[in-house]
Amino acid sequence: MDAVLVRDVHKRFAAVQALRGLSLTIPENSFFGLLGPNGAGKSTLIGILAGLVRADSGEVRVCGHDVVQDYRRARASLGLVPQELVYDPFFTVRELLRLQAGYFGLGRRARPWIDELLGLLALEDKADANMHQLSGGMKRRVLIAQALVHRPPVVVLDEPTAGVDVELRQALWALTRRLHAEGHTLILTTHYLEEAEALCERIAIINRGRLVALDDKDALLARHPYRLLCLTLDREPPALPDPLQARLVERGDCQLTFRLDRHGDPVGAILDQVRALGVEIVDLHLEEPSLEEVFVHLTREAA
Amino acid sequence: MINWVGLYTLFAKEVWRFLKVVTQTVLTPAVTALLYLLVFRTVLEDHVEVYPGVGYGAFLVPGLVVMTMIQNAFANSSSSLIQSKMNGNLVFVLVAPLSSLEFFLAFVGAAILRGLLVGVVVWAVALALVDLPPVHSVAWLLAFSVLGSAMLGVLGVIAGIWADKYDQLAAFQNFLILPLSFLSGVFYSIHDLPPFWERLSLFNPFFYMIDGVRHGFLGVSDVDPVLALAITAGSTLAVSALCLALLAKGYKIRH
Repeated sequence: MDAVLVRDVHKRFAAVQALRGLSLTIPENSFFGLLGPNGAGKSTLIGILAGLVRADSGEVRVCGHDVVQDYRRARASLGLVPQELVYDPFFTVRELLRLQAGYFGLGRRARPWIDELLGLLALEDKADANMHQLSGGMKRRVLIAQALVHRPPVVVLDEPTAGVDVELRQALWALTRRLHAEGHTLILTTHYLEEAEALCERIAIINRGRLVALDDKDALLARHPYRLLCLTLDREPPALPDPLQARLVERGDCQLTFRLDRHGDPVGAILDQVRALGVEIVDLHLEEPSLEEVFVHLTREAA
Repeated sequence: MINWVGLYTLFAKEVWRFLKVVTQTVLTPAVTALLYLLVFRTVLEDHVEVYPGVGYGAFLVPGLVVMTMIQNAFANSSSSLIQSKMNGNLVFVLVAPLSSLEFFLAFVGAAILRGLLVGVVVWAVALALVDLPPVHSVAWLLAFSVLGSAMLGVLGVIAGIWADKYDQLAAFQNFLILPLSFLSGVFYSIHDLPPFWERLSLFNPFFYMIDGVRHGFLGVSDVDPVLALAITAGSTLAVSALCLALLAKGYKIRH
């Protein structure tokens, strides 16, 4: 069974068509990255999964449960870590976690797990502090604890590391990896593409409400048709002939970087053309594309 | 199937919320009501007798009790909702497996409880200041107090989900709730009004709940308490149906 199924979902907000027939599936126990530029429809999709937004048409299921018809079980299957640092200023951390567990139908029996969560997220010292006394990083941890308090099989992290320091980011990465290892399905939206590259196994890129790519991360990276050839020369080269100039992306005193088509530009032929300029190649290396380049390529193509 | 634990938790959270700021939510409105009582009673006690044998202070207390009760019931649900919307923390309730009915019952239940609590405090302190006769009928008193608080608690939910900012909520409160409660016979009997205003008062649903509470306290009222109860219950049901429809639609809270 898929952790998430989205089929032909449309959603319009006034004049803006946020989702245009979006379909995708997220396998159980996967670490899934949901990427897209601002306004792509990521937050709308997450809102629909969590019951915060209602789709105009289409079908959405979480762990097999329809988010409209069977909303109780769908919501019980999902934990959402919202992007904004939102909290109820009236309550302490422990009180908030107990309330959140209660909303999900768990009473006192959730208390041992709440204590465990406080330890897991290094929040024991802050358990009886009011939320407004906590730093941004600590508030972020509380949001994660709130999302996990009912032990949902699917956890959605909406930009979890936006604006957090390096130490907390590392801690959050470690926690998400642990949750994944324990069998949770993780859905991550992020603007830090290296984060998605480091954590996610499978990635969807959406743009203007449409799916533009959905693949395993490695396959997605391999699908990108370009790679970079970086050369260091013994001296500054003369003017480049047109075929080389067309592929040049960066030029230093003695350095040239070419963007090569993986299939149409054999490296040997390029090297021969450079040597024909009367310069010696001192060093060379190839750079495979990063997710960022794939992302830019695909979203630009879709636009 | 009802999520009883979820319903109770949301109700308890709403009660807990106002108890955490009890000075602001219970004591302050009680003091305000008592100031009204002191001023109007001092000025009018020897000049006005609304019902034969009932002093103006005794006449005023039930009206002030119910006015304070309903204003606080409204404030409880409306302020909690608008704050949760503005802070963004309403999301934690919206992602939970709670139905519209459970959401409604929790907010309205807490509003009723705050209304009754503030009403009891006003009444208890008024006992020390005014020579009040024994309560005529606890059953009538409770019926009108609970229904009145419920109606205003429901209106508070409607206002809370409708308002996008505090300013809009203040407009709802100041241009609708406050005039309806002040012009409902708290300070006078509608029979003392000119015919046009007397007839107009009959279209104010708040008049019936205040008249009904006065009947519960004193055993005297402007209209038959059975009619008042029917109109209060009908009005509460009508606003409840509207509120539930808005919640089911996700009006302004689920986009």
